[in-house]
Amino acid sequence: MHYLILGSILFAISVVGIFLNRKNVLILLMAIELMLLAVNINFVAFSAYLNDMAGQVFVFFILTVAAAEAAIGLAILVALFRNLKSINVEDLDGLKG
Amino acid sequence: MDFKDLVFYGLAAILLLAGLRVITSRNPVHSALSLVLAFFTAAGLWLLLQAEFLAITLVLVYIGAVMVLFMFVVMMLDINTEEMRRGFWSYLPAGLLVGGLMVAEMLLVLRAGDWDLPEPAALSAGYSNTKALGRLLYTEYVYAFELAAVLLLVAMIAAIVLTHRKRSGNKQMQAGLQVKVRREDRIRLVNLKPQKPETGSDTDAGG
Repeated sequence: MHYLILGSILFAISVVGIFLNRKNVLILLMAIELMLLAVNINFVAFSAYLNDMAGQVFVFFILTVAAAEAAIGLAILVALFRNLKSINVEDLDGLKG
Repeated sequence: MDFKDLVFYGLAAILLLAGLRVITSRNPVHSALSLVLAFFTAAGLWLLLQAEFLAITLVLVYIGAVMVLFMFVVMMLDINTEEMRRGFWSYLPAGLLVGGLMVAEMLLVLRAGDWDLPEPAALSAGYSNTKALGRLLYTEYVYAFELAAVLLLVAMIAAIVLTHRKRSGNKQMQAGLQVKVRREDRIRLVNLKPQKPETGSDTDAGG
């Protein structure tokens, strides 16, 4: 149960981080990684306490998807910076018309 | 409180501090380094939960690959952090409200249920977490595993396509034009009249 509290506090920290750093896309990506870590801690804790390996398999897949997401997110970020010379969220209003 | 609890509380404190550092630090490089610390500490927690393979995967894949990628991007982009931090603390009340609400809800849920789960049983000496995970992964979850592999391939191609940039001015082969070429484009037959070797003084002079 302590693991679940730890996971929820970590998740809340990253939510606060998204609110605080709403201008910097890079820190936003890091906060998302932190969120996924919090969820993974919950999965591993349940897997250990319920003695069920399926939780760990799921964490494995979450890690895969998170790695893919980080790679694509950073690629988009680099392409964005090349075009706009900025990663400020407020500058990303090109689709507003 | 035995030694295991002590380790858990120590690691949890480090993890939460590292998480706070990630979201509040002034310099993105410090954020990324704090995130590395957070992942490392989480790997320690997972070791405590007897998930050895995932702990090592977290260190190798996350700290070794993803965070290095993050560091590359942080250092490659020239970011004006001061301008970006304008109004940083003005978002704190809203963030704290949502975050506190989430923690409070989770605590309520955890209080309501009966969470007196027994401590995980000590595993036998010959037990291998990696072996068990691998057996499960390659039998029951083999389709999901293959799907994950395809997903990684797609992500790789997407990342390359997104960051690939056409350079101007370099010379490269154009395979389409090369294949399309016909004999008439390259070879010109010239009708030359047969010539007699000249006889006379100039051949002697050359020799």
